[in-house]
Amino acid sequence: MNLTFVLVGAIFYIGFLFFVAWWVDQRSRQRSISLVQNPFIYSLSLAVYCTAWTYFGSVGRAASGGLSFLAIYLGPSLTAPLWIFVLRKMILISKHQRITSVADFISSRFGKSGTLATLVTLLAVFGIVPYISIQLKAVTTGVDVLTGHAYPYFKSEAHFWMDAAFWVTAAMALFTILFGARKIDPNERHEGMVAAVAVESIIKLIAFWLVGLFVLYSMNSGPADLFEQAMQREDTRKLLSLSTSGVPVMTWNILLLLSAVSFLLLPRQFHIGVVENTNPRHVETAMWLLPLYLLLINLFVLPIALAGKLIFDPAVLPDSYVIALPQSAGANSLALLVFIGGFSAATSMVIVSTTALSIMISNHLVVPVMIRMGRIGRSAGLEGFRTLLRIRRWSMVAVVVMAYIYLKTAGTGYDLVSVGLISFTAVAQFAPAALGGMYWKGATREGAITGLVVGFLIWAYCLPFSSLTQGGYFSNTILIEGPLSIDWLRPSSLFGLGGLDPISHAAWWSLFWNIFFFVSVSLFTKPSALTLTQADLFVNIHRYQKGVEQELRRRAASLSELYAVTNRFLGEKRVQQLILQFEKTHQLNLKNTQTAEPELINFMETHLAGAIGAASARLMIDSVSKEANITLEEVMQVLEQTQEVMRYSKALETKSQELEATTLQLTQVNEQLKALDRLKADFITTVTHELRTPVTSIKALSKILMDYSHELPKEKIDTYLQIIVGESNRISRLINQVLDIEKIQVEAQQAPMMEPVSVENLVQTVLTGMEQLFLEKKIQLEYEKRGDQWQVLGNPDRLTQVIINLLSNAIKFCAPTEGVIQVVLTDQDNLMELRVKDNGNGIPAEAQELIFGQFTQLKQGAQDKPQGTGLGLYITRQIVQQHGGRIFVESALGEGACFVLHLPKI
Amino acid sequence: MNDQQLARLVLLFFLACAAFTYPLLSIPDQPQLKAGAPLLIWYLFGVWAVLIALTAYWAYIQRKNREERP
Repeated sequence: MNLTFVLVGAIFYIGFLFFVAWWVDQRSRQRSISLVQNPFIYSLSLAVYCTAWTYFGSVGRAASGGLSFLAIYLGPSLTAPLWIFVLRKMILISKHQRITSVADFISSRFGKSGTLATLVTLLAVFGIVPYISIQLKAVTTGVDVLTGHAYPYFKSEAHFWMDAAFWVTAAMALFTILFGARKIDPNERHEGMVAAVAVESIIKLIAFWLVGLFVLYSMNSGPADLFEQAMQREDTRKLLSLSTSGVPVMTWNILLLLSAVSFLLLPRQFHIGVVENTNPRHVETAMWLLPLYLLLINLFVLPIALAGKLIFDPAVLPDSYVIALPQSAGANSLALLVFIGGFSAATSMVIVSTTALSIMISNHLVVPVMIRMGRIGRSAGLEGFRTLLRIRRWSMVAVVVMAYIYLKTAGTGYDLVSVGLISFTAVAQFAPAALGGMYWKGATREGAITGLVVGFLIWAYCLPFSSLTQGGYFSNTILIEGPLSIDWLRPSSLFGLGGLDPISHAAWWSLFWNIFFFVSVSLFTKPSALTLTQADLFVNIHRYQKGVEQELRRRAASLSELYAVTNRFLGEKRVQQLILQFEKTHQLNLKNTQTAEPELINFMETHLAGAIGAASARLMIDSVSKEANITLEEVMQVLEQTQEVMRYSKALETKSQELEATTLQLTQVNEQLKALDRLKADFITTVTHELRTPVTSIKALSKILMDYSHELPKEKIDTYLQIIVGESNRISRLINQVLDIEKIQVEAQQAPMMEPVSVENLVQTVLTGMEQLFLEKKIQLEYEKRGDQWQVLGNPDRLTQVIINLLSNAIKFCAPTEGVIQVVLTDQDNLMELRVKDNGNGIPAEAQELIFGQFTQLKQGAQDKPQGTGLGLYITRQIVQQHGGRIFVESALGEGACFVLHLPKI
Repeated sequence: MNDQQLARLVLLFFLACAAFTYPLLSIPDQPQLKAGAPLLIWYLFGVWAVLIALTAYWAYIQRKNREERP
């Protein structure tokens, strides 16, 4: 086929894509609705994962390794259900922090560390260059095959401008600048580019399906026929299963892991998946739509590889089967279409990768250096905006040129997939810091740096170094004997670990040491205040999402200087918009303000970070702002505030429960106190009444005796005198009892006089003394003894008083007619029990404890007059307690009361 | 999205991991044809399709739930 024909096709196609990008950009600008804000466009643009590697390389890999090529697509597919956790979290964090690249992401997590950003950028550039080189190689090979080997991609004897690869490189650099760096968006959104990538995804899928269907149904009679032919030949038969095509279990697993991680962390995937994402909800669609895309694009890979092996001799490169097959069947236009599909896959990869890398290079390598050198800053006259664009464009050219150089030096001898996997292994080095940092708050900057450096060095030593050595650039002896003839340092079997393919070997060791150092160094270093803040934000992004914004950096800056700095990179128009937005949300008017508040500084820094990256933005803002000293303790304090509040509210809940319980107790006690108070008031009334009655009668009778003693008969005077004496006795008894209480209370302080006493004797004495009383009141006494040991240690006088009190009470309260009193004396194991039971009205349960109190009298009915002094039982209990005993009452209303006395035996 | 619905995705992930790695993978890994195509092709693409269908169904449920309570 004519080269002009191929060129016109390619140019026409790129023109079409550019039109798509331009149209989308225009539309979103005019109508402020973006076509890209669509979950399907998002998913399709994520298919930038399928590059020339997929398009040409998978067939090449399938021709030697059978279905092992599928691991690269199964890895992302089987982890797709987890994107809702991981990818969505990455998006939320990045939106919140205005993160624009994977280097920015990692550096932001570890305290916006400039070192880390630079390191990740370097690693990404070195890691991705081989990947870009295979796109150049694939396109060049495509041109070579299409034009009948007139333009091989590598002619060592020719000048570089005679070389097809050179022109492909130049064209790619131009496309990248056209799509990725026409202008600078403050959020690094390239809607036109995303739309173009989505269209390319559709085109490469259609083209690949066309060639697949052509091979199956035009060159063969369906899949059954093709597979049947493959079964007949030994070299194609073994490709039908993994074990026979020589794919070790370890390789399969490592490929799954590498691809799953790379899908999220490759700079271009991060750019499309995170930075260009317009709505985190789109992840839900991508979770199934992208795996579906991957399934569809891989459906015909093995059939094409088998057909190629069956038709061509081994001299034909398997990586070129996709074009070579339709061409061999004379379908030239299909071959061109297929080439356009592959070209599509390659250009979209190069454009997005290079754009993503150029953002990293300018933000993390060039701008920080320029700021430090004073080339960009407060006083510099450079227009930052335009400088930035120039830096971007030159970095793009640099990346593509590096890829070209890599292709020329190391990439010639290898198939596409082998080279691509070198890049996957490099990118996997980001995983511990990026993914670990999202879930583990304890990860420190030092840990991340150490892990990355070690992982990167092992990767570089085992993979690119090896391929360069094999390309003849270093002495071959290192590969065979190891450096300085140390056998266990050979790059193909480090530490003696042999028997693995180079990718698995390098991936295992680099990731092992990377994770080991990341974790162990983190465990032995202390994070800085800023790292701690950022760590909290990354790990707990959902909390910040709900607006729990915490102000941690207390800074102050002059407003005009802040404007000057931001104007340079965001443009005056944009800054004005932002200020308006800020004034609106915070309800402020900044017109008459001189100094910028910390909120405004943070707000501007995040937006500036969108243009030049977090680390550079921090550097710029720091140049105009003064930071108040903020200690680690303060940061910890603020971070723990939320937890503190939660703890506090929990404590409050417990407290209020306790308070409720206490209130209940207090209410009960209060009720008791009120009852006591009522009783006491009643008692005072009673006592005064009791005292007044005898005093009144004594007074009246004495007056009668004084006035009429000569008129009254002798008997009458005697009666009156008897009454006066009786009433006087009643008064003195009352006074005595009140005095008794006083005495007992004083005695309680001292040790009373104790001696062995027989309770039985005391009871007997009291009963004998009161015999007359029982007879008078017609009360029946039942006395019973159980046992024969009645000795207790006590004061006989006091104990006698107790027994008298109990019996007098029983007499007082027993039934007015047919009164019965039971006295039971029981000899128990180690105590003596005396029960005195009457058959009166009984005592209600609520009063059973009260009657033992001071001044307590039990009302028997509304009209009843209290019958005692209200002190008897109180005195009784005091005495019993002095003897180490116990007294209580068992009773129910209407069933009489039984007073029980327990005294310890000797 | 509640925790239970999210946990279903984790389950799906574990099932997919088991299906696409050894030792389960060794069962269909034989160079023989079934219904005109290699057994391994049927297995890999079949399980893959089921995984996609289940995830798509999950996403559909989410969207329906959101529409029901706006």
